[in-house]
Amino acid sequence: MSAEFSSFINIGERTNVTGSAKFKRLILEGDYETALDVARQQVENGAQIIDINMDEAMLDAVQAMQTFLNLIASEPDISRVPIMIDSSKWEVIEAGLKCVQGKSIVNSISLKEGEELFLKQARLIKRYGAATVVMAFDEKGQADTKERKIEICQRSYKLLVEEVDFAPEDIIFDPNIFAVATGIEEHNNYAVDFIEATRVIRETCPHVHVSGGLSNISFSFRGNNPVREAMHSVFLYYAIRAGLDMAIVNAGQLEVYDEIPLELRDAVEDVILNRHADATDKLLELAPKYQGDGKALVKEDLAWRDLPVNKRLEHALVKGITDYIEEDTEAARAAADKPLHVIEGPLMDGMNVVGDLFGEGKMFLPQVVKSARVMKKAVAYLQPYIEAEKSEGTRSNGKILLATVKGDVHDIGKNIVGVVLQCNNFEVIDMGVMVPCAAILQKAKEEDVDMIGLSGLITPSLDEMVHVAKEMQRLDYDLPLLIGGATTSKAHTAVKIEQNYHAPVAYVPNASRAVGVCQKLLNTESRAIFAKELSKEYDIVRDQHARKKPRSKAITLQQARDNAYQPDFSVLPKTPNKLGVTPVSADLSVLRKYIDWTPFFLTWSLAGKYPRILSDEVVGEQAQSLFNDANAMLDTVIADGSLTAKGVMGLFPANRQEDDIVIYADESRKEVIGVAHHLRQQTQKPKGANYCLSDFVATTDSGINDYVGAFAVTAGIGEDELAKRFEADGDDYNAIMVKAVADRLAEAFAEYLHEQVRKHYWGYAPDEALDNEALIREKYQGIRPAPGYAACPEHTEKQLIWDLLDAEHHTGMKLTESYAMWPGAAVSGWYLGHPDARYFAVAKIQNDQLQDYAKRKDWDIETAARWLAPNLGD
Amino acid sequence: MSRYTDKDILDIAAQRILLLDGAMGTMIQQHKLNEEAYRGEQFKDWHCDIKGNNDLLSITQPELIYDIHCQYLAAGADIIETNTFNATTISMADYDMQAHSRAINIAATRLARKAADEFTAQTPEKPRFVAGVIGPTSRTASISPDVNDPGKRNVTFDELVEAYTESCEALIEGGADIIMIETIFDTLNAKAASFAVEVAFDNQNIRLPVMISGTITDASGRTLSGQTAEAFYYSMRHIKPVSFGLNCALGPDLLRQYVEEISNVSECLVSAHPNAGLPNEFGEYDMEGPEMAEHIEEWAESGLVNIVGGCCGSTPEHIEALANAVAGKAPRVVKKLEPKMRLAGLEPFVH
Repeated sequence: MSAEFSSFINIGERTNVTGSAKFKRLILEGDYETALDVARQQVENGAQIIDINMDEAMLDAVQAMQTFLNLIASEPDISRVPIMIDSSKWEVIEAGLKCVQGKSIVNSISLKEGEELFLKQARLIKRYGAATVVMAFDEKGQADTKERKIEICQRSYKLLVEEVDFAPEDIIFDPNIFAVATGIEEHNNYAVDFIEATRVIRETCPHVHVSGGLSNISFSFRGNNPVREAMHSVFLYYAIRAGLDMAIVNAGQLEVYDEIPLELRDAVEDVILNRHADATDKLLELAPKYQGDGKALVKEDLAWRDLPVNKRLEHALVKGITDYIEEDTEAARAAADKPLHVIEGPLMDGMNVVGDLFGEGKMFLPQVVKSARVMKKAVAYLQPYIEAEKSEGTRSNGKILLATVKGDVHDIGKNIVGVVLQCNNFEVIDMGVMVPCAAILQKAKEEDVDMIGLSGLITPSLDEMVHVAKEMQRLDYDLPLLIGGATTSKAHTAVKIEQNYHAPVAYVPNASRAVGVCQKLLNTESRAIFAKELSKEYDIVRDQHARKKPRSKAITLQQARDNAYQPDFSVLPKTPNKLGVTPVSADLSVLRKYIDWTPFFLTWSLAGKYPRILSDEVVGEQAQSLFNDANAMLDTVIADGSLTAKGVMGLFPANRQEDDIVIYADESRKEVIGVAHHLRQQTQKPKGANYCLSDFVATTDSGINDYVGAFAVTAGIGEDELAKRFEADGDDYNAIMVKAVADRLAEAFAEYLHEQVRKHYWGYAPDEALDNEALIREKYQGIRPAPGYAACPEHTEKQLIWDLLDAEHHTGMKLTESYAMWPGAAVSGWYLGHPDARYFAVAKIQNDQLQDYAKRKDWDIETAARWLAPNLGD
Repeated sequence: MSRYTDKDILDIAAQRILLLDGAMGTMIQQHKLNEEAYRGEQFKDWHCDIKGNNDLLSITQPELIYDIHCQYLAAGADIIETNTFNATTISMADYDMQAHSRAINIAATRLARKAADEFTAQTPEKPRFVAGVIGPTSRTASISPDVNDPGKRNVTFDELVEAYTESCEALIEGGADIIMIETIFDTLNAKAASFAVEVAFDNQNIRLPVMISGTITDASGRTLSGQTAEAFYYSMRHIKPVSFGLNCALGPDLLRQYVEEISNVSECLVSAHPNAGLPNEFGEYDMEGPEMAEHIEEWAESGLVNIVGGCCGSTPEHIEALANAVAGKAPRVVKKLEPKMRLAGLEPFVH
């Protein structure tokens, strides 16, 4: 978009009963809730202001305006933008002005009924604190020529500025956009009149704005959207250059000027600019060619549309095309005896093809998820027919309950599994995240499911899964249990879960395995065989696990401490430029540049390093397509602000005391505001040190003033709502994409903030200049280890970070009872600035350190053992 | 005729940072008045309990209120606020005293007037101003009282305009130099108040300087009705206030960033009167004067403010500490904004 376009305001037009049949119906029926969704979509689609109009003969417009504005006031995702109160009746406008707290725009007033009324209304608008649209309309009528438009606007300007002291920057002239190409010769110059008048108005009336209702211009081409959109783009292209700086438009329906087919663009330009007498005839001649989805006709091979309906459905499913799915589903339904047969016949056949291609590695996960979206749309279309027939319902392969366990908020993997299972005709009941054990078990009974799948990402979730298994045993369940998620493993499942539950427990390493496992477990014959295989496999795993010798010998905690790393403190630590807690925010457009894409592809089961993966022989095409979709998602969330990033960081005086880091309120180092407890490597290190994070901080008795930092960032504010909206729309692909993108942005935020800390807040590396690749490879001084990960694996330490930073207060981020962060797209950790600071894995610790840690944390041994479970020997 | 115009105040404020007074309620509480004291002679037979009706004390305990004003003036306040925070007919209805709203407003303004004039007479080079306070009322025009019915409202714009107009006319009649709309947590209430103020000015053919002060309720950085500080400013600047700022809810430590936000956009003077910290578990404010003054001194040094004072929990000791802290410090330089259309929903939008 050019600079002119970037300062152009889109005003949402759909919340207007005169312009939107749907909105009118909703208001007339009193369905304000759905009407609010229309407003919300406008804002989501990038409307910077929303126009609200209730002028309809069948409505009490005053009442409707008040009700709708009051409701909007309770919807922060709508009311964040200013409102344009649109009515031809003054009493409706005034009623509206009494309901909005922000500064709005009145649309509109004019000289139509004389100066006195005009001035009175302008004074009141000023007193209500609003800007106003002024129509080019006077006692003689609406201005149509360039001269009349200019004359009325100049007169209005003088009256407003001189008589009312109205701020000129709060005046928006609407010099009337009229339809061209109507066949009436006098209309041919309307667009030129508007454009030329706009130029003069902007020049002679300082600081004012010019607006207009765009769709009028193409009124004669109703029903031919490609031509209309082309007319809108061309008109805007010229009008914006003349000074039009806002317009009421449907932002979602605007063709990009450069992408209008040249032939059409030329014809439209001739009409808009009134270049020759037969311009209208030429465009009329050309228009039918672009009727329908003219763009697709030009760009895409639509040969598949000539295939029989079954094949069309298959094509749509395999390619993930939703454009024709309702049309094709309807055709199939008309041909079938029962609507259900469409699902069981052509749709399932198509999905089987998808399943086969996926199994053969010819389709990739993101494509399968897109296929699922098409399938869902088709099924949703058929649902009313199926219900109307009161048929026995679809026969699914089986019913599977999925849940992310209590204390954990991560669900990308679980959602992917859910979609893949649905693609394979399993009925999935997804209970979401942070689901308590009792709720899972109760739901499983109520819904009479065939099996339960548990997911989790953080290590405490492993314990919760063990708990669920034990409860199932205690309560006499015999449903198979599936275990999945990033920290789960075959070993953990074998050693900790399977032995506690008599029915089959299957570890599912990734989404593509889920279907096979579920199918085997559902069939009574294969279930027995599979269960036997499983327990045999787990026996072997357990045996191996039991016999596994530690790769290196354990040493005592004292020995490990004696071999602590001893960094050089001869160069004194830098005093941070800004001590204390600092809330931070960042534009997603900035964070975007800091994204490490490689893990993103892993989320979607595509392995390879970015950017090489984009040209990979096998997955390159798919990776590129996924990458494009992710970027489109980024464009959207950046433009409409539906995702936001918030964070907080703090830098504090601190010193080491044994394995703890003592954090002080200020430089006097007297008041302790927190103690960070760290763990030390406890295996023999013949060559190196036994690291503990505290080693990188100078000790209390060294007399050296050292510092540490802490941070908590999220880019997931809004992710749940956004994902839910996609889900509600049957669009699981984008629902998962939102979270995958938010995750990347959160990591990018952590990277970005760390850089800011090194260069500015702490400032020990003010001249650092690294590109993103170097940042990803951690080529900088200092580290930012995160509690729950290898160097500081104990999750409860996050609480200290939260307390030090007052993180919930500053960012809204919360900790669950398992110390998972909410929103899920979040990162928190410590900053250590010593040049030698490095990442390492604590790995296995011994009983003496467990005892010592419990004492330091003031825990009983049992509590300590629970939180340190992943680091304890079995 | 008004005693002072916007220009008079701007001229003084260009020389030094002005001092506002501190809390009225906190000072009244120290007297631990009983029901009888609230009633006084005039209302001894009133038909319902009125203990806690602090605004009524301007009539029933005038000496006490006058004395509080004097303490603040002695501490160095340039501007004192009338004891009329809840004196609108809407708030007075809680005690069934809506009919006395006007009398209370007039009495309160006269007490402040008397105190201010006495101090001005002693030091004519330092004029003391009376700000007639218009509070938020106990109702909100843009928030529903019922979570299940988000479209519902328990007060309308027109009702607010009527109540505020009556209060404002009484404040003018009592002799206020300035009208101060303060502790704004719902901007629509404040828009009704500013509408009413202009109606009252028209009715009495007078124009007084107007001070606007909003409340950021918590660390979300928003008013209770959801606006950011900048959006709030754009929604209220049409009244052309002589000062714009924030008060209440937060202590100076937490309020600073929002004062800075206002300071960055405001074309008029910037005021701030924070609470003396956040209430402790007993509901008491325990940030002492020197600590509060340390914060305010830093604000002054950073060029954020023109008018400072205290809200809940502050006392004459606080104001004295503030006065010492800002003495000799340069006031913030008033900004000029580029002429752009500055609209607002919950968030600002500039075009």
